This record gives sequence, C-alpha cells and structure tokens, in this order.
Amino acid sequence: MQPSETTVDPAEIAKFEAMAAEWWDPQGKFKPLHMLNPCRLSYITSQIAAQFERDLAGPAPFSGLRILDIGCGGGLLSEPMARLGAKVVGADAAARNIPVARIHAEQSGLDIDYRHVTAEALAADGEEFDAVLNMEVVEHVADPLAYLTACRQLLKAGGIQLCSTLNRNPKSYLMAIVGAEHVMRWLPKGTHEWSKFITPDELFELLSQSGMHPVDRKGFVFNPLLWSWSLSDRDLSVNYVTASVKPA
Amino acid sequence: MDNPEAIAILQAMTDDFDLLIVGGGLTGPALALAAAQAGLRSAVIDALPAATLQDPGFDGRSYALALASQRMLKALGVWDDVAGEAQPILDISVSDGQVGQGPGPFGLAFDHAEIEDGPMGFMSEDRHLRPALLRAMAAEPRVSVLNGLAVTDQAVTPGQARVTLSDGSKLAGRLLIGADGRRSGTARRAGIGRLEWSYGQTALVCALSHELPHNGIARQIFLPQGPLAILPLTGKRCSIVWSEDTKLAAEIQAMTPDAYLAALAPRFGDVLGGLSLAGDRFTYPLNLTLARQMTGERLALVGDASHGVHPIAGQGLNAGFRDVGALAQVLAEATRRGEDIGAPDVLTRYAQWRRADTTSLALATDAFNRLFSNDNPLLRAGRGLGMGLVNALPPLRRTLIREAAGIAGDVPDLLRGKPL
Repeated sequence: MQPSETTVDPAEIAKFEAMAAEWWDPQGKFKPLHMLNPCRLSYITSQIAAQFERDLAGPAPFSGLRILDIGCGGGLLSEPMARLGAKVVGADAAARNIPVARIHAEQSGLDIDYRHVTAEALAADGEEFDAVLNMEVVEHVADPLAYLTACRQLLKAGGIQLCSTLNRNPKSYLMAIVGAEHVMRWLPKGTHEWSKFITPDELFELLSQSGMHPVDRKGFVFNPLLWSWSLSDRDLSVNYVTASVKPA
Repeated sequence: MDNPEAIAILQAMTDDFDLLIVGGGLTGPALALAAAQAGLRSAVIDALPAATLQDPGFDGRSYALALASQRMLKALGVWDDVAGEAQPILDISVSDGQVGQGPGPFGLAFDHAEIEDGPMGFMSEDRHLRPALLRAMAAEPRVSVLNGLAVTDQAVTPGQARVTLSDGSKLAGRLLIGADGRRSGTARRAGIGRLEWSYGQTALVCALSHELPHNGIARQIFLPQGPLAILPLTGKRCSIVWSEDTKLAAEIQAMTPDAYLAALAPRFGDVLGGLSLAGDRFTYPLNLTLARQMTGERLALVGDASHGVHPIAGQGLNAGFRDVGALAQVLAEATRRGEDIGAPDVLTRYAQWRRADTTSLALATDAFNRLFSNDNPLLRAGRGLGMGLVNALPPLRRTLIREAAGIAGDVPDLLRGKPL
C-alpha cells in the first residue's frame, strides 16, 4: 500500500511537491485551515502539556510522547507535534495525502510516520498512543460512536484525546454551510452535511459512552474584524473542541 | 581568510541554526539574545572584524533609549552592564529658534513626573551599548557570532534559508533576518525594493563638555536649516545631533575645533555655559528609507533595514527594538505551538504587528522635519501655536510623553520588561 521511495517516478514526485506546496500555502486552497491552525495548536499543545506536566517553553516538551493525528492531510498538525519532540503517526483515509505529507515533512527535516490507514484499522492492530488528535473528523464519519470507541482503544490509560467538530444549530448552518461553502468559498460545496453536526452535549455524551472522561471544551470563534480565530470559554455555537482523558 | 576564530566556530557547527541574523550592530544582537530566551539558536554574521565593532571610536553616536527600550535591555540582561554609563532623561524641552536669537516665545516642556513610570528614557553612548551587547552574546551559548565575513549569496529551499559567506562557507537556518541597516544587502538580494527620500541634510554629531549642569534635560531646538538636538550624557557632557544642509555640513565638519564650536555657539545658546569638544566629530547623511515589505520568503527585516527614519525624534533605534520585541515574541509563541518559525503565516503576524507603527513613524518624523526645517513666518507662527496648545492641554501632553517613552499602544512583552 505504501509506495517505496525508489519506485515512485519523478513526475509523480513533482506532482506531490506541488500538492505539498498547495497544502502549506496560507493564502491557498487550505486558507481556512491555516487561519484556524494557531488557535487549534494553542489548545492542543496546552492540553497535552497540562496532561503530561510538560513545559512548553522548554526544549522538546513532547519528547517521549507518541501522538496520533487522524485525518492528517498535509500534516498541518503532525509537523508541529513532531517539532515539539513527539513521535508522530499521521493517518489519513485519503491515500493521495500520504506522499504529499511525507515530502513536506522531509523538506522540514522532520521524521513523521504517515500512513494510509483508518483509526479502526490502527486500533485492530493494537497501536497505542499518549494523545490522539481527532480534529474535524467526527462530523464526517458514518457511525460516530464506533469511531470514537476506536479512538479510545488507541489511547494508553491516562492518554488524552482532542476532538473538535461543528455544533448543530441555525447559526452553524449559516456560518459553516452558507457562509464557508457558498459565500466565502472557503470550502468546496458539499464538504459538510449539517445533519451530521454534533452539539457539545451530544459529543460529551458520545465520548462518555466510548469510555472516555470528558474534561474540557472550548469554542473556536472567528473575529471578522481581526480576521482571526480565538478560543472562547462560552461561545461554542459553531466550531468547538473538547479534551477527554482515558481513565486508568 | 583572516579570521581563524570564525573558522573554528564554523567547523564546530554540526547542526543548523534557527535564525541566521545578518548584521551585528544593535538590533541584530538584541534579536539574537531575545530569541535565545525562547530557546532559538542564532548565528550573527557581520562583515566587520570584531576589533572594529569593539573600538570605542567606531561610532560617535549616542542613543536616546525610550523607557520601553531600556526595559527590553533589562529583560535581555544587558541593562546592568550599561546602566552605570547611562544618563536618565528627566525632561524634554522643545523650542523653536533662529540662529543668534535663542529659543522662540513658544516652547514645549515634557516632564517625566507626568507619567509615573520613572525617567522618560536614558541616553546611552554607542561605545558603551554596542560592547555590552557583544559581551552578552559571547556569554549566551545559543548565539554564535561570525565577524569579518560578508554574505555573498542567499537562497531559500523548502524548509530552509541558506547563506554563502565571503570565505565560501555556507550556513542554513529556518529564518533569515536582515538587520543590516539602511542599505540592507539582505533585503536587496531578496528583491525587496525601497522607498527613499534624501533630506539633503547631514547630521553633525559629537560629544561636548559644558560648564553648567544639564539637569537631565534633553533639548530639541528647531532651526530653519534643520533641528539641533542637545542630549544629556553622564557628567557635564552632552551629545549633539546638528542637522544642516549637506554642503554646509561638509564645510563645518572640515573646520578646526575652535571654528566648529564658534559656528555652533549661536545655535546652541548659552544655557549650558562654555563648550568644548569631548571626543571625535562624526557626520551622518540624513535620509528616509523604507523597505516595501518587512518580510519575504523565510526572511524578516528589523530596524533600519526595514525603516530608516529621520533621527529627529531619536526614534530610529527605539523602533528597531520594537521590531525585535515583536518578532521575538511572535517567534517564541510559534515555537511553543510547534509552528515553523519561517512559515509565511508566522511572518505575517510580525509584519501586521509592526507595519502600521513603522509607516506612521516614518511619515510623522518626515512631516515633523519638513514643518520645522522651514523659515516661512506662517509656519513658524503655526508651530509656535501648536506647541503652546500641546503645553496647555495636559492629557495631550501626557499622550505624547507616553508615545515618546514607547509605552503606549500594543507593546511587545520584552518592551514591558517581561522576559519571553
């Protein structure tokens, strides 16, 4: 399934390099992800640091931690985790993302294990992680509880899962579907199916049912004046993120 | 190759740097020290040999360090090394004058007691500040200094910025910094153009001894030919920045010391008593030069490389230190999130933070100079009234003082005295 470096033809590599450049262009196709990324990273890094009592100001704060990034895409979250010293597995169900992410990690001088694999398959293989990044995935899966159960299985006891998704209410319909897909064209039409969006209470309930202990939730709020995202304790009305811990 | 020390350092380098800082003057070293607090490793490259930079006669200027700049130097651990030689600025006096007539009827007086944060700033001489920064870099293991080597080529590859040095050696880092002054070769090689104005003026600079105490008062006298700044140094000494038309400045510079002082006397006035030279005399041509962009691909410009302003309000170095504080903070935050410090979105945060400030500073100092270097009677009356008005309105005056001290607006943490 994984192409070995020696058998890939140069035209393919050039194509992957172009795709990697596209993934990592803050003004390009993935602009909305780049805009959200500092805010997502602030939350993820502070939660992982708190869970494992690491100092983010120190050198390689995540060394010794094994982190799984589900739906890794071009590696926008995997690379920062690796840069902070973690051993990272980036998993994506889309095969074409894997060589793209690999090329970019190599260019960045980072060693990241990218795999074309699903969370369920990794769980079946008995893989275990200290942290699972489950960002903007759960609203795309057919059976959220089965998926979250696989995510729980992938964690060591005391491990932490960061899970973000979109709330389901009239505002999120306007913002995420009408606004982001139709007006701003930030996302291709049909990216999201509103009926699959999950309210924060529902997600906490699903996480609990999957065997996790939810510990925190915050909203990602877009400020159109500053044209940037920030974390909010109260406003979880559209994008939000949760932290949950696997009990010992 | 005349620099065995640099070769030894290069050979010892087994891994790459985070920052490749071109320019070992004041902002480059300050950035290297600030970045080190965030755990980032820097190479500081300067074409001049170390002995030249350490020579007390190398640069005759003195700097009016705003309070915010002093706080940053303190947070970087440099201030204690220069504090003993620094003169607190307790008051600023601005007046309008004509040669031989003394100050005009209207004047501006800024008193540090109006803001509760202590002195408005400090005068520090280049011969003290520069070596202190060099000493601090030598003591910082995350900073490697390469003197006597010029950058001959720079390039960006995916994930890296690279430079080639004049001895043929190559260095790689994640981000290239242009801290190489008004004629920044780093900006030029990156294809970043500049907006430039020449004022046709040259600053005559020297240190003077005087008979009477200055009481910590910095004086700015606006003369039709250009402003004269009289800045207090320790003891009964001051530093002057005396702007004249370039042709006249060259004639004055060529004069004997006695003739020089005789030409200065009617402009200076007699408020400090008799004057004598207290060091060498220097000249600096005055121009305004703004880089069209503060950032490029894996590149950020700081200090004069980004914005060389008219030295009229003493804000050039202070603006450079604000660049340093803002960039170091952006890089520290990016590092803690695991972001690539050379990524375009990270550099955009720095440019957005600094762009408004630097452009308005350049335009304000330019407008200030044009307004005051003028003998039009209407303008003279207008600026006199303006200064009287500012004096009559304490809130406006306090705002100006806070601006001059660099403690207004969205100030980087380092300039609040908070280490990263």
